[in-house]
Amino acid sequence: MGLGFDIAHMLAGLMVLASLLLLYQDRLTALINVLRLHGLILALAVAWQAHIQSAPELFVSAAIALLVKALVIPGALDRIVERLGIHRSVETVGGIGLTMFAGMALVALSLRVMLPVTAGADPVSRQDIALALSVVLIGLLVMVTRRNALGQVAGFLSLENGIDLAAAGARGMPLVVELSVAFSVLIAFIVIGIFLFRIRERFDTVDLAALEAFRGERR
Amino acid sequence: MIALAAVLGVPLAAAFLLSFIAGYRLSARINGLASFVSFAGSLLFLVHRPAPGALFLVDDLNIVFIVLNCFVGFTTSLFSAGYIGHELESGKLTPASLRFYYAMYQLMLFCMSLALIAANIGLMWVAVELATLSTVMMVGIYRTHEAIEAAWKYFILGSVGIALALFGTILVYLAAHPVIGEGAQGMLWTALLAHAWKFDPALLDTAFVFLLLGYGTKIGLVPMHAWLPDAHAEGPTPISAVLSGLLLNVALYALLRFKILLAACPGAIAPGPLMIALGLASTLLAALMLYRRRDIKRLFAYSSIEQMGIIVFSFGVAGPLGNLAGLLQMTMHSLTKSAIFFSVGHVAQVKGTQRMAEMGGLTESHPLLGWTLVAGVIAIAGLPPFGLFTSEFLVVSSSFSRAPLLTAILVLGLLLSFGALLLRLGKIAFGPVRGETAPVRASSAPIFAHLALVLTAGLWLPPPLVAWFRHAASLLG
Amino acid sequence: MIGPSMIGSVAIEAVQMGFVLLAAPGLVGIVRAVKARLLRREGPPLIQPYRQLARLLGKEVVLAHNASWLFRTAPYLILALTWAAASVVPTFSTHIIFARLGDLIVITALLGAARFLLALAGLDIGTSFGGIGASREVMFASLAEPAMLMIVVTLAIAAGSTQLSSIAAFMLSPALGLRISLAFALIALGIVALAENGRIPFDNPATHLELTMVHEAMVLEYSGRHLAMIELAAALKLLLMISIIVCIFFPFGLGGMGAAGFLTGLASYAAKLGIAAVLLGIFEVSIAKMRIFRVPELLGAGLMLGLLATLLLYVSRSL
Repeated sequence: MGLGFDIAHMLAGLMVLASLLLLYQDRLTALINVLRLHGLILALAVAWQAHIQSAPELFVSAAIALLVKALVIPGALDRIVERLGIHRSVETVGGIGLTMFAGMALVALSLRVMLPVTAGADPVSRQDIALALSVVLIGLLVMVTRRNALGQVAGFLSLENGIDLAAAGARGMPLVVELSVAFSVLIAFIVIGIFLFRIRERFDTVDLAALEAFRGERR
Repeated sequence: MIALAAVLGVPLAAAFLLSFIAGYRLSARINGLASFVSFAGSLLFLVHRPAPGALFLVDDLNIVFIVLNCFVGFTTSLFSAGYIGHELESGKLTPASLRFYYAMYQLMLFCMSLALIAANIGLMWVAVELATLSTVMMVGIYRTHEAIEAAWKYFILGSVGIALALFGTILVYLAAHPVIGEGAQGMLWTALLAHAWKFDPALLDTAFVFLLLGYGTKIGLVPMHAWLPDAHAEGPTPISAVLSGLLLNVALYALLRFKILLAACPGAIAPGPLMIALGLASTLLAALMLYRRRDIKRLFAYSSIEQMGIIVFSFGVAGPLGNLAGLLQMTMHSLTKSAIFFSVGHVAQVKGTQRMAEMGGLTESHPLLGWTLVAGVIAIAGLPPFGLFTSEFLVVSSSFSRAPLLTAILVLGLLLSFGALLLRLGKIAFGPVRGETAPVRASSAPIFAHLALVLTAGLWLPPPLVAWFRHAASLLG
Repeated sequence: MIGPSMIGSVAIEAVQMGFVLLAAPGLVGIVRAVKARLLRREGPPLIQPYRQLARLLGKEVVLAHNASWLFRTAPYLILALTWAAASVVPTFSTHIIFARLGDLIVITALLGAARFLLALAGLDIGTSFGGIGASREVMFASLAEPAMLMIVVTLAIAAGSTQLSSIAAFMLSPALGLRISLAFALIALGIVALAENGRIPFDNPATHLELTMVHEAMVLEYSGRHLAMIELAAALKLLLMISIIVCIFFPFGLGGMGAAGFLTGLASYAAKLGIAAVLLGIFEVSIAKMRIFRVPELLGAGLMLGLLATLLLYVSRSL
């Protein structure tokens, strides 16, 4: 089923593209929109995996991904941005060019590492896992290069999306993990929401530089 | 069956119940009762282990840790009863957050027990993640600037670690998939161990790297340790005790499960060098950082990092004695560190501050607290006749025959931390009295219980315990 | 492969050269009409660009007194280079006489030369507008050309050749499947095409505000037949980029033999041009022009996409 594999790889590649797009954004609303796109592509990728693996449980997983990651969470983040009146631009550490280049390097690295290592594994899963690892690493890069708490959350959510992609690509992985990953994303999100409120309450800003003053024993 | 219900079902039910109960005394009592029932249930495991199933597994590796988990959970709940009462009175905690605290406490105990008993590596991961999330929420419970910073940092670092650990878990499943086939069997630990020798070594290696980085963040290995000192210092002391005493152990236990898999696969590289490097780095860095700490809880947090470094080093050097030493040290450290945090918690409450410059002459103003703190610090510094001396001695002697130069570096770290801890102890416990001298209602039973256990272990180890650890050590390769 | 006789391929080539020259202003007309309709205006009729060219050809050339020979000859050269590039792209048939010259690197070089001449002409008179336009144009080029080259490398690795006819044949072959790297290359090529032609979001082709002009600034001093040639060259460049995209990524209906094949090819090519023009119109209306300092970011993104596509292909041929 060559076409099936190709579409799966295509969707995984589009996720990498969406992650790189996430790296490129410097305005909050655009960031949240790219998160929506990210979640949508994830849902499509998982649904396609469900189709080619003939695993109906994955359809449930895809529906959860669509609902939670493409609709609920970005919607709630939008509302947080509105209600907290957060400053709309996201300061980045390092220039855009350098970060994009680092993102490319991470994609290269993950492909270089994962493809030879998975030589003995299922051929469909191989490239999907390698691309999923790139999404994870780029999510990590987004977290590292953003000084705004919301930006870090966006990076973390894209990281989780990458892991979901990897889990869906691993043929036959039981639903337990998938449901729990979705479930703990929800909980993690509640925590995030609580924290953002508390951070705003305490600091009147969501800029993490303000948090830095209270790090360690500087008092 | 009853034991399982007690160890797992009771905390879950108690968490649900406690989220509704508003009265402080009632919730403290229910908390203690629930923890006691879990502890009693875990003791049942010693007598009769359930057969390995699809979800739960009790074997030589985790039996001691399950009992330890429930025991420390129980003693900490006793400590927390008095401690939280004081916090309520002084206004640091509001009654609303009290329900939250107790519910999260039981939830956290449930998750940690689940992580230890889980037979499915996915279930284990889920339990560790939920335990992380519940502790994050508890660290931030005081809602001060510092607490929120600590909780946010813990959340971010912990979540990234957990995500990497999940990726490693997926890779393990991928390695098992061609051999075992699809479905839940591919994640069942017993099945994995039985077929591990057929797995693709390169894939297993990569998986272990991710797992080491991921669970290593939760263990507090350098350089992923940044969350640990702040989380210990800014959260309520019972949480510091549970973090140091239990959560670090649970994360390390998860790592050990995968190390056993790696040891069972002949082509896989030895994870030793990586673990040795991380362990040594943690020991040295933490030992050096001990010298400049001004906050007492942060001091002991770095001590935890150092101890975890020693343990991971020991597992890295491996060999039957090295692994045995590591397992023993995990147990001793858990008991000792939680005892220390119990007394530190009371000290901080009495003195009204956590800064060590404002504390002094404890043995004069509060003899009970002072002398138990002295005993605890002597224990953690690795002096005989406490149990940590035995385990550290085993670590050094077993690794000396295999890697003398590295052991020398380790001993340097041990000596550095020894010096720092005793220096600090001297200033706090002896010398002129500084700070408040009001009496404190200390619940000393937990401290005594822990220290007594550690002292006994230093002199005599029960043979079944040694047998279980020996067997686990042989599996660890 | 048995092809038609030499006379046949020369004839087809002549048809192609005539067709592209005639179709280019029409393409611009369609884009303008679509944009006008979407903005709820009447808009100019479709043949307006032809009328404009005719009008300009009849007008007198007004030269600045310090214009050099470069200024006077540049329009001819630019038109010649662009027309040559447009002639070697296999548009409706791969049996044109210059098929072997239809190489992506050749086309990039031809376009680069045309751009070079245009920039020099903009600088020639010494006005500030010309200077601004030239410097901006060259800045865009310094990023767009590497991106273009990365795309060429990607296609070359995938298809095994830089010749457009070979690439088209590869794309038509059943062994292709869907590939991410080619999808990335398509997106990158779209970005580069927009940049090269000075369309929104890089440059507004309809503006004459000094802060927003790039292409218009360079040709501000031209008049009469010179301006007609430059405008025709710009239209040809648009047609050229669309033809490249169509030839590489949507080569359906290309390369048939005999009269029937020829007619099918012509019809499908005309249809693809029309569709592309409409899509371009819709796209230009729905997006805003970017500020100049943000253009390197977008072009950098295009470069990165090309790089990513090459990377994916380098690592695994089937990606």
